[in-house]
Amino acid sequence: MSAVLQNLVNQPYKHGFVTEIESDIAPKGLNEEIIRLISSKKNEPEWLLAFRLQAYEKWLSMSEPQWQNVNYPKIDYQSISYYSAPKPKKKLASMDEVDPELLRTFEKLGVPMHERAALAGVAVDVIFDSVSVATTYKEKLAEVGIIFCSISEAVQTHPELIKKYLGTVVPVGDNFYAALNSAVFTDGSFCFIPKGVKCPMDLSTYFRINTEESGQFERTLIIAEEGASVSYLEGCTAPKFDTNQLHAAVVELIALDNAEIKYSTVQNWYAGDEKGVGGIYNFVTKRGLAKGVNSRISWTQVETGAAITWKYPSCILRGENSVGEFYSVAVTNNYQQADTGTKMIHIGRNTRSTIISKSISAGYSNSSYRGLVRIAPTAENARNYSQCDSMLIGDQCGANTFPYIQVNNNSAKVEHEASTSKIGEDQLFYFFQRGIGAEEAVSMIINGFCKEVFQQLPMEFAVEATKLLSFKLEGSVG
Amino acid sequence: MINQDSKTILEVRGLHANVNGIEILKGLDLTVKSGEIHAIMGLNGSGKSTFAKILAGHPAYEVTAGTIIFNDQNLFDLEPEERARAGVFLAFQYPIEIPGVANNQFLRLAYNTVQSQRGKEELDPLEFDDFVREKMKLLEMNPDFLDRSVNEGFSGGEKKRNEILQMALLEPKLAILDETDSGLDIDALRIVANGVNQLTNKDNATILVTHYQRLLDYIVPDYVHVMEAGRIIKTSGKELAKELEAHGYDWINADDHSKTAGVRL
Repeated sequence: MSAVLQNLVNQPYKHGFVTEIESDIAPKGLNEEIIRLISSKKNEPEWLLAFRLQAYEKWLSMSEPQWQNVNYPKIDYQSISYYSAPKPKKKLASMDEVDPELLRTFEKLGVPMHERAALAGVAVDVIFDSVSVATTYKEKLAEVGIIFCSISEAVQTHPELIKKYLGTVVPVGDNFYAALNSAVFTDGSFCFIPKGVKCPMDLSTYFRINTEESGQFERTLIIAEEGASVSYLEGCTAPKFDTNQLHAAVVELIALDNAEIKYSTVQNWYAGDEKGVGGIYNFVTKRGLAKGVNSRISWTQVETGAAITWKYPSCILRGENSVGEFYSVAVTNNYQQADTGTKMIHIGRNTRSTIISKSISAGYSNSSYRGLVRIAPTAENARNYSQCDSMLIGDQCGANTFPYIQVNNNSAKVEHEASTSKIGEDQLFYFFQRGIGAEEAVSMIINGFCKEVFQQLPMEFAVEATKLLSFKLEGSVG
Repeated sequence: MINQDSKTILEVRGLHANVNGIEILKGLDLTVKSGEIHAIMGLNGSGKSTFAKILAGHPAYEVTAGTIIFNDQNLFDLEPEERARAGVFLAFQYPIEIPGVANNQFLRLAYNTVQSQRGKEELDPLEFDDFVREKMKLLEMNPDFLDRSVNEGFSGGEKKRNEILQMALLEPKLAILDETDSGLDIDALRIVANGVNQLTNKDNATILVTHYQRLLDYIVPDYVHVMEAGRIIKTSGKELAKELEAHGYDWINADDHSKTAGVRL
């Protein structure tokens, strides 16, 4: 690949995302005062402050997990500033003002036109003749009673829903990072699909991207009531930069009887340079509760960025006949490290889960699949199928699989398959010998390897993800 | 067929090559003209498969001396994919499996890439489907092949047929068949050989790399070369293969090397 593009991906975002230091920023460090400050700045009700303080108490008594297969210098949690006023991003007047190199990256990734504008920080209204795409969608959603807004907004407009569900899937003291997030989260998405409503479109964070930065402690809550269904897309394929190194998000999903939530992520945080300097630490807790009968929670993730990824999108299958799915592609290159997987907790009868995990490691990177399948004594006839495939590119990278299986009911059926393969010289040579160049060959091999996961993504997303992977791995093969 | 006026497609002179620092080819000479079929025979380790891979540009082999002119071009100036597009085709001894990539997708990409490089028309998936099915009849292949992953779970015979199908699609100037007969039962051998015979014509040339004579019962060569220790030590007509079959490779060693070594018409 051209050096220009390589540089571009690894350089700080020039437009939009990085703004001058605001004056309204909390002093560094974390203490009760800061949490009270955050809560009052956001004009939160008393119970939410109590929620935060309780989380903070828990956090103080916890220590950072050490068991994951990643290495990084110790984080000084007292040197982070936990609050800055929401800062509107600087808007550009037209696409002409956007860095042409950035546009070429978008071109290469095949990012749709309106998204390019949003990502580059151009006011969408300018591009679309004063008709804001986001506003149009919002009106359409409101018609069927769907609430889709920032979580801060929801705290003000629908406090009863937040109070009822927040922290019910990921308790405040769940783990070190979740506790930290619960204490200091600044913003995130809220989505509520009322009884019987099938969300008429894929909900995407794209719609929210142009409003304000959600910060490093993002909090997302999605609820699908009885018979409701929704497909939610998080992230985007364009490179995403942030001055904050630590990102500790929490996502909670709740599906009631016969409800279905499909959550798809494409993660492309800044991964550090080719020597492993810099990059985001992405320590995320994602969990879905399949609470009702016949409910379904499906996670699909394409993880390509971040210096370190630590996340295990999980499903608690409580409802009878409920279904949990996890489809994952994790790509690491250079010095990236990923420890990712899922947990499938079977509690209800006839619960089923599927795990398809694909990891691709290149350069000096390391990728681990870590997964837990637990069949509780109550889970009669539970079934799980897990498949973990790793692909290695070059001979300096590593891949590991750590499956944990706990079965406490004899009627359960649990299957686990794993494989490791290598994009070798011979495989590439076969393509070359048929006239196919390196770029297309790698793209085809990777795409074939990840097919079962990409099939789960909405179509446009899948096309983008395919290109993103080839883009990420260019130059690492051959 | 031999025709002295034919154009020279391949001219190899004094070729030396290493793999992992060990010299495998030690001064190989070969001239191939259009319309000709050459068989290269020899014991395992004599360097015949190495030669096949070097023609295709395999990166594991290092050429240390010598020249190869292909179609008036210095072959070493071309990358492996450029050689393929220019008409060098290697039917692999061990075709590679590519999980998750559908055969039809792979075949179409290869076909269209080569077509566009040659300034010819590319085919859309539907047109290509008709086209490839026609070619598959030549090799008595089941259309199910198209939807399966490239070579994955294919039997030995299926893999070899898939190789010749690719040869049929890409219409090479120079086809090198590396031990295509190995692992084939007699029916598969007949089908594959029949396919190759239909693809040879006065404008292209074929090099058969083989250990056994039996392939040459079906694809009759114009020349038979015997390789030993990285060089061609004997060249003759098709009857040489029969003699080798009857007497074994030792029979050549009993012969006087100096008369035949490196001699080419």
